[in-house]
Amino acid sequence: MASAVYNSRLSDSLQAKVTRRRQERISKGMIYALLVSGAFIFMLPLILMMSTSLKSYTEINRYPPTFLPEQVVPTNYTEAWSFPNTMFPRWTFNTVFIIVAVVPGVVLTSSLCAYGFARLKFPGRNLWFTLTLASIMLPSQVTLIPLYILFHKLGWLNSFAPLIVPAWFGGGALNIFLLRQFFMQIPRHLDEAAIIDGAGHLRIWWSIYLPLARPALISVALLTVLFIWNDFLGPMIYLTTPDNFTLALGLNIFRSYFTQVPRNDYIMAISTLMVLPMIVMFLVAQRYIVQGFVTSGLKG
Amino acid sequence: MAAGLTMARPEKKRSATFWQDTLRGYLFILPVVLGLLIWTFGPMIASAYFSLTDYRIISDPEFVGFQNYVDLFQDKAFFQSLSVTIRFGLMFVILSQIVGLAIAVLLTQKVRGLTVFRTFFYLPIIVPAAASAVLWKYLYNKDYGPINGVLNGFGLSSVNWLGSPESALFALVLMAVWSGAVTTIIYVAGLQHIPEELLDSAKIDGANAFQRFFFVTIPMLSPTIFFNVVTGVIGAFQFFVPAFIMTEGGPVKATYFYNYNLYEKAFKWLEMGYASAMAWALFSIIIVLTLMIFRSSPLWVYYEGETR
Repeated sequence: MASAVYNSRLSDSLQAKVTRRRQERISKGMIYALLVSGAFIFMLPLILMMSTSLKSYTEINRYPPTFLPEQVVPTNYTEAWSFPNTMFPRWTFNTVFIIVAVVPGVVLTSSLCAYGFARLKFPGRNLWFTLTLASIMLPSQVTLIPLYILFHKLGWLNSFAPLIVPAWFGGGALNIFLLRQFFMQIPRHLDEAAIIDGAGHLRIWWSIYLPLARPALISVALLTVLFIWNDFLGPMIYLTTPDNFTLALGLNIFRSYFTQVPRNDYIMAISTLMVLPMIVMFLVAQRYIVQGFVTSGLKG
Repeated sequence: MAAGLTMARPEKKRSATFWQDTLRGYLFILPVVLGLLIWTFGPMIASAYFSLTDYRIISDPEFVGFQNYVDLFQDKAFFQSLSVTIRFGLMFVILSQIVGLAIAVLLTQKVRGLTVFRTFFYLPIIVPAAASAVLWKYLYNKDYGPINGVLNGFGLSSVNWLGSPESALFALVLMAVWSGAVTTIIYVAGLQHIPEELLDSAKIDGANAFQRFFFVTIPMLSPTIFFNVVTGVIGAFQFFVPAFIMTEGGPVKATYFYNYNLYEKAFKWLEMGYASAMAWALFSIIIVLTLMIFRSSPLWVYYEGETR
């Protein structure tokens, strides 16, 4: 009698377990269905960009548009790259040049300032840190015009100087903030030990903090690369002759050649070439880039 | 006796190490101190002065008092661009919170293979603004664009996305939501910080998934929502490149964003004084909006450790 009750209870709970498992499987299936369809929708623009870049001219003019190219035409890339009145090799070189000139400035000066804010005690430190943070809130439009006039008076217009020199002055408030947060977590006894060994703060910054902060420094460097590669307004305002343009400006010029005859195969080829290096960088270093966005919380 | 006196007032004269520490501190933060003075505070003062002048670069600035600000209030283009930006900001902030939060919830479920899905959802953030503007201009094309192709496939008629004033702004909102994966990234980080015991104990108490989401997850996430709303509003006022490349502010000024208006005033018409006044008006609007969101935050933002 007692055992029969026991058995029926057991089978009840078994039943419940089975239904729960089935429910879990259904909800897992739903999660995957949503993830796959969502990811497909988010990837679709980039897939279409690449597929259009490989279509023939007749195919891009067909309606409704095909999803994947019926006939792959890789020559779109070479033809677009060397299109008359464009300088894509030059524009790529200019963009890379600015990146190479800016990134060391950002990494060195922002980490130097971050060390000062995180580890040194001196009067006015909190005031300057507050001012640094407050400057994030200031919309760039407020300083845009005076800076343009300043660069004009300095004779820096149509050179890379306006895009490079300011980066060597602290490398951006967000980067200082990001690195300071990282430095604060480094245990103090490390610098105390170094001081006993006779090391100065410059030495501690260089040979203890910078190596330990490698992940944060990589985040800062990669976000800077991303920012310069994407920047449009800065180069558009400061650069005037095509030989000084960056890729972003070049793409816009290139596009404007085709307002009458739409050559979306060419335009998408150049767009793909411009996006691919950033996709590769993201795939290789997603961890650092995402962490950078989380810590600084802002884009560009 | 003398020793006792000096003990009582140990630091009448600052010690040598004090000055040494001060000097060293400022040497470390020298780049940002100089940077703030040269690239931020100096230009701010100059901009405030320019906003009180008539300044067209070719001649020296001429002081006109508050005339530029008075003109702003009678400028139809100013109000048009303000209205475009606010409408865009509202649609963008609301839609990107819904989409970002929904994706973030999916991306924090306990299933395998999430890292791959995260990559897919995050990838649009690295697409340069110029490239994504060119790309979406093609996707939205009314005659041969893939979006209308899909609509036609479902038996729906084509939409003149960027060519009609009714849809152009919304088209840019959709595109901005696609590019705005930063919101999702921040929500994922926020969701990962919610202690699991909290959701588990709600489950034991009999709360279903929806109740857990609306009565545990959302309140715990409200500081993150708050942050995303503030940055979204600020972002709307910086919006420029797509309006410049895709619509040139049109059709009939339907996408004439504030920043686009300011850019034209400054660099097309060289009205530097008026454009400076516009920049300061923008700054004040952002401050007022941010303060409003901050003031309202006790009503809807819950910080852990707070008692009610």
